Amino acid sequence: MSQQADSSLGDPAGPLVLGTTVGLRTKDLLGIGDLSSEEILLILDTAEAMKEVGTRPIKKVPALRGRTVVNLFFEPSTRTRMSFEIAEKRLSADTLNMTASGLSVVKGETLVDTVRNLGAMAPDLIIVRHASAGAGHVVARLCSAGVINAGDGMHEHPTQALLDALTIRQHKGRFDGLKVSIIGDLLHSRVFRSNLLLLQKLGADVCACAPTTLMLSGMNRFGVRSTTSVDEAVDGADVIMLLRIQLERMRGHFIPSLREYFQRFGMTTDRLRLAKPDVIIMHPGPLNRGVEIASEVADGPYSVILEQVANGVAVRMAVLYLLAGGHQG
Amino acid sequence: MVAEQLARTVIRMAHEIVERHHSLESLALIGVRTRGVPIAKRLSVALEKISGTSVPTGALDITLYRDDLMRYPVGPQPILRKTEIEFSIDDRRILLVDDVLYTGRTIRAALDALIDFGRPRSIELLVLVDRGHRELPIKADYVGKNVPTSLRESVQVRLMETEGQDEVVIEEDEPAS
Repeated sequence: MSQQADSSLGDPAGPLVLGTTVGLRTKDLLGIGDLSSEEILLILDTAEAMKEVGTRPIKKVPALRGRTVVNLFFEPSTRTRMSFEIAEKRLSADTLNMTASGLSVVKGETLVDTVRNLGAMAPDLIIVRHASAGAGHVVARLCSAGVINAGDGMHEHPTQALLDALTIRQHKGRFDGLKVSIIGDLLHSRVFRSNLLLLQKLGADVCACAPTTLMLSGMNRFGVRSTTSVDEAVDGADVIMLLRIQLERMRGHFIPSLREYFQRFGMTTDRLRLAKPDVIIMHPGPLNRGVEIASEVADGPYSVILEQVANGVAVRMAVLYLLAGGHQG
Repeated sequence: MVAEQLARTVIRMAHEIVERHHSLESLALIGVRTRGVPIAKRLSVALEKISGTSVPTGALDITLYRDDLMRYPVGPQPILRKTEIEFSIDDRRILLVDDVLYTGRTIRAALDALIDFGRPRSIELLVLVDRGHRELPIKADYVGKNVPTSLRESVQVRLMETEGQDEVVIEEDEPAS
């Protein structure tokens, strides 16, 4: 079997297995679209082991000692950036933080030039967040370092989907046949795209719910049930994932007002009655209380929002660890 | 070593532990993943039978402390498994348990890992098989069996919990292809 698992012989979609070692098939993590379900489960299992490091009196292991990780954030971020930085520090990597305001981009340097110069300083891993879809791919092509996409425009945010999956697995123990309803600004959401890809790879039954103006076109192609009725989405749901109304990405009028959105789509205790009794409520943050979620739900007994944040560190440690081995060939 | 011998060896080592410790009250067994963990559990059962004291066991994964982890610039990583130590090791007498003692590098990593969990009063080492060829100044306090080997051989410990049968065999390594 170990012979079979050799990279060239085994299941082409499976993770790279050589003897007692494992790895992802790519040097980068740019999107869930590139991962097989086996690779996703490998990341989740590794994250489960990483979680324990955070419970120790000394929350630091020497695994990435001497490795340099650059956090390149062209867009504002609280959770993701802090989470990556904590993950890097817990693995003993040397970290460098660069945010758009502190970079020469404000002096007119292009992304390509910034990354070429950065590449010349030979970091081992680069974490990129950028407002343009595909920015991570550009960075990955330009340098030999491993690249982790921490959100590219309206495209993907793979580590968010992975931490969501870890949270779901911890509560439900499975994905197959699980009814997951994702409600909110689907059109502008990279979190939605990554979650949709991941949940479908693992066999969940995804229901997408948004006002018509915030729905993606061609949803049927993905094999997703879509609805504009919150009650229909909540009915029998095992997991409800709420997404933020991203006013900063909206060019034009998508919703009449935030207040009206809350009236029709906001998650309230009352609306939750139709869900399964053990439903969990998720939100990738930042929360807009009183828009997509009522405070009583965000702080209520079904909410696992802060567990998502805690799992984020473990998932990012797992991805950093698996990618730090680099890529063969 | 067949199943029966292996069982007797575990019981003998349990007696040695009782002989050396006045009290088992502050003792805890920590098995090194993978096969140190079932051996630690078996020892704990044997110790309870002999002394009536229940000795807690834990599992330690040393992957993140390996000295060869980042030595090679490319390649897949060792599989990471969960560390489970559900008691404080502070001021405890820790008995580290592993299947085979070879270069000593695993134990070096295990010692580093343990220190991150607290400050035990002492750490002892128990191994089922000592096959020699140490590369670090490390010595076991309890040895199930000393098995002189050549570098071309490998010692395979198979346990009911992990492989479905109890045995220790020496295998000739196939020449690298």
